[in-house]
Amino acid sequence: MHIFKKLKDFYWPYRRNFYLSLLFIAIVTAITVVYPIILQITIDDVVLGNQYNLIPIISAGFVILMIIKGIANFLQQYLGDLFGVQTVFRMRNSLYQKLQRLSFTYYDNARTGDLMSRLTADVEGIRFFLSAGVGQFLRVVLLIVISLAVMFAYSIPLALVTMVSMPFLAVVVYRFDRRVHPAFRNIRTSLGVLNTRVQENISGMNTVKSLSREDFEIDRFTDNNSTYRDNYIFTSKVWAKFFPLMELIGNICMVVLISYGGYLVISGQLELGALVAFFSLVSYILGPLSNLGFIINMFSQAKASGERLLEVLEAKEDIKQLEQPIGTRQISGHVTFDRVSLQYAKDDDMALKEISFDAPPGKIIGLVGGTGSGKTSITQLMTRFYEPTSGDIYIDGKPVQDYNLRTLRQHIGFVLQEAFLFSTTIKENIAYGNPDNVSFDQIVDAAKRAQAHDFIMELPNQYDTLLGERGMGLSGGQKQRIAIARALLIDPSILILDDATSAVDMQTEVKIQKALKEVMKNRTTFIIAHRISSVKHADEILVLDEGEIAERGTHDFLLRNGGLYQRIYDIQYQDQKAIMRSAQ
Amino acid sequence: MENLQYNKKKHTKRFHYSQDQAMEKPFDWAQIRRLLGFMKPYSKTLLPGSIVTMLLSTIIRLLIPILIGKVAIDMAISSGDTRFLIYLVIVIGVLYVLNYVANILRIKGVNILGQHVIYDLRKTLFSHIQHLSHRFFDTRSAGSILVRVLNDINSLQELFTNGIINLLTDSVMLIGIIAILFFLSPKLALAVLIILPLMFFISTRLRRSIRRSWQQVRMQKSRMNSHLNEAIQGIRVTQSYAQEPENTDYFEALNRDNFESERIATKKSAYFGPFVELSNAVGTVILIAYGAHLILSDQIEIGTFVTFAFFLGMFWEPISRLGQIYNQLLVAMASSERIFEFLDEEPNVENRKNAKPFPNIKGDIRFEKVVFAYNSDRIALQEIDLHMEAGQTVALVGHTGSGKSTIANLISRFYDPTAGAVKIDGGDLRDVRLQDVRQQISVVLQDTFVFSGTIMENIRFGNPKATDEQVREAARIVGADDFIQRLADGYETEVEERGNILSAGERQLLSFARTMLADPRIIILDEATASIDTETELKIQHALKTLLQGRTAIMIAHRLSTIREADNIIVLEQGRILEQGNHMALMDARGKYYELVKTQFQSDEK
Repeated sequence: MHIFKKLKDFYWPYRRNFYLSLLFIAIVTAITVVYPIILQITIDDVVLGNQYNLIPIISAGFVILMIIKGIANFLQQYLGDLFGVQTVFRMRNSLYQKLQRLSFTYYDNARTGDLMSRLTADVEGIRFFLSAGVGQFLRVVLLIVISLAVMFAYSIPLALVTMVSMPFLAVVVYRFDRRVHPAFRNIRTSLGVLNTRVQENISGMNTVKSLSREDFEIDRFTDNNSTYRDNYIFTSKVWAKFFPLMELIGNICMVVLISYGGYLVISGQLELGALVAFFSLVSYILGPLSNLGFIINMFSQAKASGERLLEVLEAKEDIKQLEQPIGTRQISGHVTFDRVSLQYAKDDDMALKEISFDAPPGKIIGLVGGTGSGKTSITQLMTRFYEPTSGDIYIDGKPVQDYNLRTLRQHIGFVLQEAFLFSTTIKENIAYGNPDNVSFDQIVDAAKRAQAHDFIMELPNQYDTLLGERGMGLSGGQKQRIAIARALLIDPSILILDDATSAVDMQTEVKIQKALKEVMKNRTTFIIAHRISSVKHADEILVLDEGEIAERGTHDFLLRNGGLYQRIYDIQYQDQKAIMRSAQ
Repeated sequence: MENLQYNKKKHTKRFHYSQDQAMEKPFDWAQIRRLLGFMKPYSKTLLPGSIVTMLLSTIIRLLIPILIGKVAIDMAISSGDTRFLIYLVIVIGVLYVLNYVANILRIKGVNILGQHVIYDLRKTLFSHIQHLSHRFFDTRSAGSILVRVLNDINSLQELFTNGIINLLTDSVMLIGIIAILFFLSPKLALAVLIILPLMFFISTRLRRSIRRSWQQVRMQKSRMNSHLNEAIQGIRVTQSYAQEPENTDYFEALNRDNFESERIATKKSAYFGPFVELSNAVGTVILIAYGAHLILSDQIEIGTFVTFAFFLGMFWEPISRLGQIYNQLLVAMASSERIFEFLDEEPNVENRKNAKPFPNIKGDIRFEKVVFAYNSDRIALQEIDLHMEAGQTVALVGHTGSGKSTIANLISRFYDPTAGAVKIDGGDLRDVRLQDVRQQISVVLQDTFVFSGTIMENIRFGNPKATDEQVREAARIVGADDFIQRLADGYETEVEERGNILSAGERQLLSFARTMLADPRIIILDEATASIDTETELKIQHALKTLLQGRTAIMIAHRLSTIREADNIIVLEQGRILEQGNHMALMDARGKYYELVKTQFQSDEK
């Protein structure tokens, strides 16, 4: 119950619907039991008692009751469902806001698939439980209790005799539930495995084809396919074992009823109508009883879902803004690092060790070093995607922590190695950073400066071309240029180019380099690159090795410094020298 | 401060997620027949068994109300015949046991049948897709293929397990009930059956409206899920551009739409139950009023009345289920149409009838006046003549669309030339067995795919029969062993798609190890341009040299350093060979290649 207490904020505002729904359930259940009673009256009093004049009254009463029941039934279901749907609406909004706020640290350890299943299946599980779970439970209990009461009122011995089978049914239901849930879990797991297999196969189709491993893939798939089938068949065997048994117990109950009840009627201890009513009443008890296990299971699943959602909702947001942050209109782009160290997680190695540098406005800083040397970490600290473990970062002389996060980030433009574009038009993608206050002309202008305009104009719908899963496929270089236009349009004071040109081919790279040159004017720019040619014009180059600055200076200085930079240069340029020589 | 207040304009249009799939389609008998064809292998075993058990339990279910209502009450209880009552109880007991057995067999039979059919269907589709060409995959998103193999097949599952057999029983049941009622009392039957059209109306019309509103919900939900998925994957971009509030606006609008559609759907659904009950109530009132009258005027007996009461309660189930099956069929029409569309897709190339085996190839490749067009209006290659000697390394150079990939695709025989011939070791590729050719050619990809599993399994993908030692050996030869040993569990380290465990360079070495293990005679290399640091790149260059030794290699190259080493460089433009020769020769020729090299350096020199 603890879990549901914590989730109270989401459903409490809608409790009125819930209570009303329960009320109507009670009404519906009470009326349900009336049907057998009417049957009994018809047989005993009207037919056997020869009181045909009762018919209109009975019919009218019955119709009125049924109309009331119909309305109540509609309301209980609608209000119950509404209660669930409303709660989940509120919950989804909160989850989404939370996801928007969670920091990079959270996402580093999160998996999209896992988050998605929480946002979809678990939310749905909660909805289902709230809509139906509690109400169903109440209905089952009421139905059993009232039916039993009526049965006892008709004939105590007959009620007791028919009750004999109930414990058997309860045991069977209990055992069935214990067997069937693991079996269902197996089906779900094997379906998951099967889906993953197909997914990987389709996504990796090029690799499969390139090594002609189609038959191997078919074999692997066939294994998973038959596991799934066998699990399914196994589960249906569990059903086959228990379901007919439950039915049989119910039927035995009927046989007992007809023999003992028949005897009672023949010996004059019971009215015939009451016996007929018994048949209906017994079925009111047997049906819900087989459902009880299902309802209890629904509850335990909702609890698990709630727990998984709370994990997201209560995840720590480690990047916090000051109560009264600085909200300057303009940032000129002076970046200073003072003995900054960073460790991503407790047991990890230090990602950055005591990094210090000063980048005045408008300067270009090159960051060079192997994979994992800490280049990207430096840039991500400026925007406060992470907090440094120790040391200070200043922008325009003020600590980054003092800034309004939104202001800070809107003044820093990122172009990453892999351009992520959203499922929307090219226009919207370019305007992603400031959707409200740019004109179409400004968008076109940014695209032109990013060397993207020409290819965009060749697309069928030009700037209105849809991108994304079902939209137009663009090449890596084209995507990259759109991403550059996007960064340009926010007119950032600080620009970060994280390996922006590595994923494109030679010809495109030339174009993008040209675009970038244009973009860097009047901005503090950080260039992360593997190729010397990309950073050689920087005002200062920081060569990083395992989180430390191994050497620093201009290209000309580093070239003669006898360090890592010179070594990289030699590797990259011996090649060029050789080619040049041959070209002479 | 005012610039911090973001504009309160609602961003409800900032993303677009379209639903391009029909959820259901009208009836099509040809398609139904084709679907039923998948049941054919079981038409002599599981199918008749399931039908017989189903019919048996249906008959028993029809008999019992008569025995209890009509026979027991009228002939035993009313007349006080205890002996007969006992007989009757025994008969009913036996019937129940029979029903129990039939039910066990039916549930098993139906599920086993359904699962086998689905298994076959899924396997047929998957195997078929494996043999489709690159073109097929190029023109479709992975998502749209997945939907068919996963969702569309699953949506047929219910139809094959219960749907088709229920269709039979429910029809039998319905006709049986009506027949029995008329047999017992035509007058009362006629009166009570007034509710039948009412029930059919509810089962079709009301249900259709409910179904449509739930489809609306599903569409909204799929939009919402698409956005959620994208929002999570693009979170870093969103936070970089500080677009959280705007996106939240978008999502809230989406969520509100979803809420509305769901509210409408639940409301409509809530009408369903009460309507069914009301129509039942109408039946009951008729039964009570008219039935009592008939009893009192001695036209029927009480037992008949009770039997009617029982059957009245049984009407709804088959009608409701028939309605459901009708829904299932409409959905199945849409799903199966998509599935069949794929199954009807022909592979581009197939073995000729008398294709010869083609075991140990040397790797001498010839193009003789090869013309190729992907479709009639776009010619990709125009009369290409080429010779690649066994063991040579050949670099293909040119812009996107110049024909580099087409040449590679023709060598692996992913396509057949439109005119001319591609020959390996002097034999026309069309005359030899396709598998034999493909087995001996490997394509080393730009962006290699890492399957979830261990490193060991990933390398073994190149040759599933290889031993652990052979896998290690292959990794050692290409220099991948170093980084693998450094991983937490060495070769047993679990990796997955997009897993950040491996860097781009390491993935490339992994791919080399795979190819090494496959030990092909011809290698087609689509060179990577991904971000790789200089030290790793050196390693890759080195590994490549080892890998290519003694094999014919065709490189679709992007880096001068790689190209320069080739024995022969072929410069392509718009499907024609512009020039060819080695690096020195082409530089001296001062042609297109020379120009290319120069621009590369100019961009470096600026």
